[in-house]
Amino acid sequence: MTSLFSQEGLTGLIFLVLLGITGSGALVAVTAGRLIRSVAGLLLCLIGVAGIYYFLNSPFVALMQLLIYVGAVGVVIAFAVMLADPNPDKQPARGRNPLMGGLGFLTSGAVFAGLAFLGASTAWKRHMGPPTDSGMAAIGKSLLTTYSMVFELISIVLLVAIIGSLVLARAGREKI
Amino acid sequence: MTLLTLHTILTTYLVLGAFLLAIGLYGMFAQRTLIGMLISAELMLAGASVNFMAFNRFLAADPTVGQIFTLFIMGIAAAEAAIALSIVLAVYRNYRSIDTEDVTDLHG
Repeated sequence: MTSLFSQEGLTGLIFLVLLGITGSGALVAVTAGRLIRSVAGLLLCLIGVAGIYYFLNSPFVALMQLLIYVGAVGVVIAFAVMLADPNPDKQPARGRNPLMGGLGFLTSGAVFAGLAFLGASTAWKRHMGPPTDSGMAAIGKSLLTTYSMVFELISIVLLVAIIGSLVLARAGREKI
Repeated sequence: MTLLTLHTILTTYLVLGAFLLAIGLYGMFAQRTLIGMLISAELMLAGASVNFMAFNRFLAADPTVGQIFTLFIMGIAAAEAAIALSIVLAVYRNYRSIDTEDVTDLHG
């Protein structure tokens, strides 16, 4: 039993806090009545996931998560909410078919139970052998050698996405 | 295995990934607006990324592969968010609403 006030204990406590942040953020994101609150919940959840990445030995991916997701994607979604959320006050008045909520709860509960059971009960084969370098330098090296083709392809994908979203957002502009 | 050593075992991360995926799936059913559904899709992608990173940390022979895959997931998710949000804006221009129940031209 680890003591709470040792180094390992505090590390475990921080991990538990991060788990709580992630879970509660995800819950807020899907259950909030107003759209801007679910955006805030999503951002909270993604900050928690960035901390989880830090625990998984990859500070670079954690920083990228903060930059790309929490910074860029969060701001973009918040902008879209500001541009396209007509009158949030009327939203709770129109209920959706309650059957959908129940069915969704059942389906996602079944998916969660099945995946969690599989993950916990499978005997995963650990990699045997000397640990290899997983730092930022190793990531950069393999991005520019083994995965250089994918690296270039994803920049093309991003370019096409930028042009496509500009074209899409321009269409029908004269109707306003 | 106590509560404070949870971060050293693979199962915690797998359960967290499954939780994020399942809650994103629930959000897909429960949310009524297009932006809400996009938020649920981001949650599902986050669950998949957590799984990749967990397997990368605990099981992979080369621990850079999962990190690079997660970085590519982030890039694809950013592109997906940009496209989906401009589609949302186009829908809003045409229907004055982002509620999925209002976009029913093909309802029959």
